Amino acid sequence: MIRRRTLCLLSLLVFLILCAVASVSYGAKPVSLHSIFAALGLGSGPEFEVSMVQARIPRTLFGVIAGAALGISGALMQALTRNPIADPSILGINTGASLFVVSGMAFFHISSSSQYIWLAFAGASLTAVAVYGLASLGHGGATPIKLALAGAAASTALQSLVNTVMLPDTQVMDRFRFWQTGSIGGVTWADIAALWPYLAVGFIASLLLAPALNTLALGDEVATGLGLNVALVRGTSALTGVLLCASVTALAGPIGFVGLMVPHFMRLLLGPDMRWVMPMSALGGGCLLLAADVLGRVLGGAGEVEVGIITALLGAPVFIFIVRKVKVRAL
Amino acid sequence: MNNQQNPVLLGFHKRHRRYIAVCAVLAVLAAGLVCFGMVFGQTFYSPQTIFRVLNGESVKGATFTIKTLRLPRVLTGLLAGLCFGMAGNTFQKLLRNPLASPDIIGVTSGASVAAVFSILVLGWSGALVSASAVVSGIVVAGAIWFFSQGAGFSNGRLILVGIGMQAFLNAVISWTLLKASEYDVPSAMRWLSGSLNGVKMENVPLLIGVLAIAGGGIMLLNQHLSVMQMGEEYAQTLGAHPSRTRLLLILCALCLTAFATASTGPIASVAFLSGPIADRLTGGGKGNMVSSALVGAVLVLAADLCGQYAFPARYPVGVITGILGAPYLLFLLLRMNKKGGN
Repeated sequence: MIRRRTLCLLSLLVFLILCAVASVSYGAKPVSLHSIFAALGLGSGPEFEVSMVQARIPRTLFGVIAGAALGISGALMQALTRNPIADPSILGINTGASLFVVSGMAFFHISSSSQYIWLAFAGASLTAVAVYGLASLGHGGATPIKLALAGAAASTALQSLVNTVMLPDTQVMDRFRFWQTGSIGGVTWADIAALWPYLAVGFIASLLLAPALNTLALGDEVATGLGLNVALVRGTSALTGVLLCASVTALAGPIGFVGLMVPHFMRLLLGPDMRWVMPMSALGGGCLLLAADVLGRVLGGAGEVEVGIITALLGAPVFIFIVRKVKVRAL
Repeated sequence: MNNQQNPVLLGFHKRHRRYIAVCAVLAVLAAGLVCFGMVFGQTFYSPQTIFRVLNGESVKGATFTIKTLRLPRVLTGLLAGLCFGMAGNTFQKLLRNPLASPDIIGVTSGASVAAVFSILVLGWSGALVSASAVVSGIVVAGAIWFFSQGAGFSNGRLILVGIGMQAFLNAVISWTLLKASEYDVPSAMRWLSGSLNGVKMENVPLLIGVLAIAGGGIMLLNQHLSVMQMGEEYAQTLGAHPSRTRLLLILCALCLTAFATASTGPIASVAFLSGPIADRLTGGGKGNMVSSALVGAVLVLAADLCGQYAFPARYPVGVITGILGAPYLLFLLLRMNKKGGN
């Protein structure tokens, strides 16, 4: 198992570096490897290409951290709800965050990234509580189908509200098209600077929570018997998961399915130990989001395809695959 | 003997009368909305002017507005509403689940994908678009059906697979719109949530034809459907052919959905709302095909008028129906979950 984990870790790291290189070098105009080194301060290269690489670096960096945040957020939600299809986009949480940010922009003329994050956090938490509450009503608690339906209903409702808020102002709509499908294209250094404290808190909290989540997986009674404060662990995990996906959504719009796919594959590869699944989901999420972003640029040509479209194209079949695997009884 | 039968018969007649009354009221309402849509707008035209224009006279200014803008709009709205309402109700009754309407399980998006691809990328129009929408709707429905098989079939899995399929298809639609460099607001709204803006008269005869054939087919099969609702074994014993009837009904409903989607885009939630509303109005018990079709038409026409004139900005019809549909979906889930079971 240890060899497998190391192998997995190493290959993910290599893949992440490859994706990062592809992400800075590929685009409407490809850039040579030489210029990339020049942009990092190693040697010199053509002025124009160097500045282009420098312009692409924030996007790449944001892709990595956003993917990591979404991956961890999905892993937390799946562990918390004991439900293989929990994911911030399927539960409608990303759309809730979007709605709050879009409303803030349209009605209160809010325009700084740090305010976006708080708005997104408020919207995401409210949606999470509402969806989970709706799904856990009645017999059997929050089963996959009840959770997915509640999430789908909530995201339909919220998406039509987002459309209603945005439609009257066509200019807003054009500039913020990514509120319908997420994109990491427009991110600047200032955005990353506003974002990183929240994400850092989220990452550290989730790593600290991993052992407790392992205990929680044994069931609430056993976990309590082993001396775990179940309510506290559940509460903090939920908050952390929501915080992570909300901060990403605040800047990139709703990017779906990353949180669904990555933890699932990591569990298949590495087994259920959250101390490994959590950091590897972060790595895998970063890889996936960057790769999807590069793919979107390759497929889109001059006008790129938003990363949210690509992750949905990749993720929806995975979702169907998971749904097929879940036993009928569990549905 | 007679006395014992009477209450049953009385109840039957009472429900039948109620059904007819509800249908009549809905038909009047739909007709009223059509007239309203013809008369009101940016400028008001008197009914006399409209009759004169429709009779072929040319009135300065009015002819264009009435014949090119308003008439196709209200007629397409009416027909698409009828199609969506009836198709949605058929799916819901057939799968015995109010959530199994074509717009929730992704069949409508399937038709929408083909329509948007053939219009924007291949440059087709008219019947070809509708044909491709029908084919793709059938393929998508088949795929959803296939993927929800497995270790035994369950309605729950069908709906989950449908949700996944819908996410996939919406991504394909967004991508196609981007590729065709047509990702402006109106066309995106049209193909993701449905709109009556810019509909043309040439689609109207096609829709009438489809409604007559597929809708007529559903009406004919309706009595078998009511028998099938009691369960497959009963239906077999009573002489219905469950599998053949099911296949025909699904085909008819798919045709209705696909043709309507090809001309207006997937108008959100109409297929999903019409059946349950009709059931409430008539008290259930019947197939409710006519009443749910009429409810669909009323919904589309009313939502279109609302979207155009009730707000400071103009909204496409799909946004309004989407806002109507979502709370009902939440309410439905709330009730289902409270009752327990799936």
